[in-house]
Amino acid sequence: MATEIRIVEEAKRPLSMQPKKFALWLFIVTVIMIFAALTSAYIVRQADGNWVIFELPNLFLVTTAIILASSGTMHWAYLSVKKDNLESAKIATALTTLLGISFLVGQYMAWGELIKNSIHLVGNPSGSFVYVISGLHGLHIVGGLVFLVIVFVSVYQLKIHSKNLLRIEMCATYWHFLDGLWLYLFVFLLLNR
Amino acid sequence: MATTDIHIHSDVHHHDDHDHEHEHHEGNFWTNYVFSQDHKVIAKQFLITGIFWALLGGTLSVIFRLQLGFPDMNLDWLKPVLGEWITPEGKLDPEFYLALVTMHGTIMVFFVLTAGLSGTFANFLIPLQIGARDMASGFLNMLSYWFFFLSSVIMFTSLFLSTGPASGGWTIYPPLSALPQAIKGSGLGMTLWLVAMALFIVSSLLGGINYITTIINLRTKGMSFTKMPLTIWALFFTAIIGVLSFPVLFAAALLLIFDRSFGTSFYLSDIYIGGEALAHDGGSPILFQHLFWFLGHPEVYIVLLPALGLSSEIIATNSRKPIFGYKAMIGSMLFIAILSFIVWAHHMFVTGMNPFLGSIFMLLTLIIAVPSAVKIFNYVTTLWKGNIRFTSGMLFSIGMVSFFLTGGITGIFLGNSAIDIQLHDTYFVVAHFHLVMGSASFFGMLAGIYHWFPKMFGRMMNETLGSIHFWLTFVGVYMVFFPMHYIGIAGFPRRYYSWTNFDTFSGFTDLNMLVSTAAILTLAAQFIFLFNFFYSMFRGRLAPANPWQSNTLEWTTPRNPGHGNWVGEIPSVYRWPYDYSKPGSKEDYIPQHIPFSETPESNLPSENDLIKLETSNGEGKIIVEGGKH
Repeated sequence: MATEIRIVEEAKRPLSMQPKKFALWLFIVTVIMIFAALTSAYIVRQADGNWVIFELPNLFLVTTAIILASSGTMHWAYLSVKKDNLESAKIATALTTLLGISFLVGQYMAWGELIKNSIHLVGNPSGSFVYVISGLHGLHIVGGLVFLVIVFVSVYQLKIHSKNLLRIEMCATYWHFLDGLWLYLFVFLLLNR
Repeated sequence: MATTDIHIHSDVHHHDDHDHEHEHHEGNFWTNYVFSQDHKVIAKQFLITGIFWALLGGTLSVIFRLQLGFPDMNLDWLKPVLGEWITPEGKLDPEFYLALVTMHGTIMVFFVLTAGLSGTFANFLIPLQIGARDMASGFLNMLSYWFFFLSSVIMFTSLFLSTGPASGGWTIYPPLSALPQAIKGSGLGMTLWLVAMALFIVSSLLGGINYITTIINLRTKGMSFTKMPLTIWALFFTAIIGVLSFPVLFAAALLLIFDRSFGTSFYLSDIYIGGEALAHDGGSPILFQHLFWFLGHPEVYIVLLPALGLSSEIIATNSRKPIFGYKAMIGSMLFIAILSFIVWAHHMFVTGMNPFLGSIFMLLTLIIAVPSAVKIFNYVTTLWKGNIRFTSGMLFSIGMVSFFLTGGITGIFLGNSAIDIQLHDTYFVVAHFHLVMGSASFFGMLAGIYHWFPKMFGRMMNETLGSIHFWLTFVGVYMVFFPMHYIGIAGFPRRYYSWTNFDTFSGFTDLNMLVSTAAILTLAAQFIFLFNFFYSMFRGRLAPANPWQSNTLEWTTPRNPGHGNWVGEIPSVYRWPYDYSKPGSKEDYIPQHIPFSETPESNLPSENDLIKLETSNGEGKIIVEGGKH
């Protein structure tokens, strides 16, 4: 007596991902395209000549360190939530928010440093580009800060915990992206002066 | 012999289940018709707004056609509408003429054929054809419409400014668009144009992100990528192109805003006005053209691809034949989508670019002829020996193929960097893109409206009026744009207010009169459609469940689907959408949700093998067959 068992399974449900997370990634793609356009415009314009060369503000180094640190605290927040350690999650999100704010303040002061070097928004495009690029990145940081505040409030209201990670995962993805984006922009500006 | 059925409910997340419970909730007028999150209502909102814009854009074109065809005509009778824009001599104000051309282009390209076409059909068809209750995010979808609405209001308002709306051409090249001193329309009108377009881009991106997310993540069971209708494929590529290219327009517009309002010099350099040098120094106007056309060319395909997708579906259905070359259709759309990003500089052959670079862009441009020809070949072979039903939707789809072909062929001329020197900015270009992108997409849109009207409003449109509308429009469009090729070859430059000062051009007055007359008649014919559309919405014959005997999932919904689309469970999909006239089958169509086990008479041997993979109720279960001896 032999038993033949054949298991046939219908491959039915198509591959899918959390739609909101997916949408966030698509949003990130659009942001990448904006900055790709601006940095390409930078290169094209630079190739035309009549290009003023100047030193980038030293403060950019400090702000880069700040935003790198904020990515660290963001990850700390995520790990804490994952372990349901909500107290440290609150501290970590608050810290990330503060670091984000100080990044913005630092960028603003860096603009002041540019002005001291008499590089103004109005003038040769080489300077204008630095203002527009860092300013637009700053606006995205503002968006990220709003997101962080929402996450902070949600952690406070116990709406984010190890069983409900979606919001903080999305926030972390976006924040790390903004961090990476600034690194790219900074290195780009350093290399293409 | 014993057969055991083990039912295992798959633990894959059922994203449709939680929507299930509250799909039939009642709302008030505001939540049902105005701030609705139902994709079908949002689609209709886009459609109605699009029709409004199309009518306005068409009217503007007729006004400037009057000037071009009948330069000596007394236009005093337009004074009640245009007021100060009619000069005391009864002529159209030359600056307002430029504004008309600009607004006609902007309205038609962005507000009608991008928002009106993609916005309507992506919203309407994506959830219905892939088997989803709604878009991935109904809220963002609603937001997408209202951003579009706000953008529309601002653009509409700009028409009534005393300095007129933007008038630097729909491509808004600086320095003309950047300097308010240059032309009246570059003042407040241009500012409002930029604000409206920024909002429009936000709307497009919200929509596009939603469409891609929905298509990838919310397909019903069995709806694999290779079983998706071509409409969905087309809308999918359209959305991807939009998400990649609209941010670039945003960047271009942002730098232009800085130049206009904050005094930077991204696009401006060495400009003298009235002998005075402007402070702007170091900018490059060509930079704007690069950025603009990096969006601008993909935009052409954002406009065209949905029309191609809609007509693929309509032509297959009404030929009662499977679409010829399903995968070739997808492949060529993908190829077109990729190529659209690397051909932008063919709009800039005469900007003094390196001729070697020009020849590269020429090569890439001419390659687009290959996937386009594949598509046309497939349309024709689908029609070939089909049992063609000449419904209004079918007529417009065939018209679309015709325009795509005639307009596409002239593209091969224009794509040549040498010939383009002669033809650049002449009426040849105008004729080319109005046929291939304007009329073809417009016909695709009309075909879609005629075909899916029964699903949108539960009633049928009048077929006789539809045919009359088709023939008048079809003949009218050719009468408008065919002569334009000759006018263009003769060297008539586009955007000129008048040619009466040039003896060379006096020989073409009659041809221009013909074009203008045809344009007026074509616009008039659209009122037949408008009457048919609104009359049928309330008084049309009630639509049967599946009026065109079509295979796709939207026809399995109730006549007037509620929010959530299907009552009860969403049907599963077992076959591709083009099983028309399958040999052996009882009827000449087999909808996608019919399993192979129900159609043993028409199955191919390979499909009989698939029966084992099907289950009666569509739940993910494992069939275990055990044979005891």
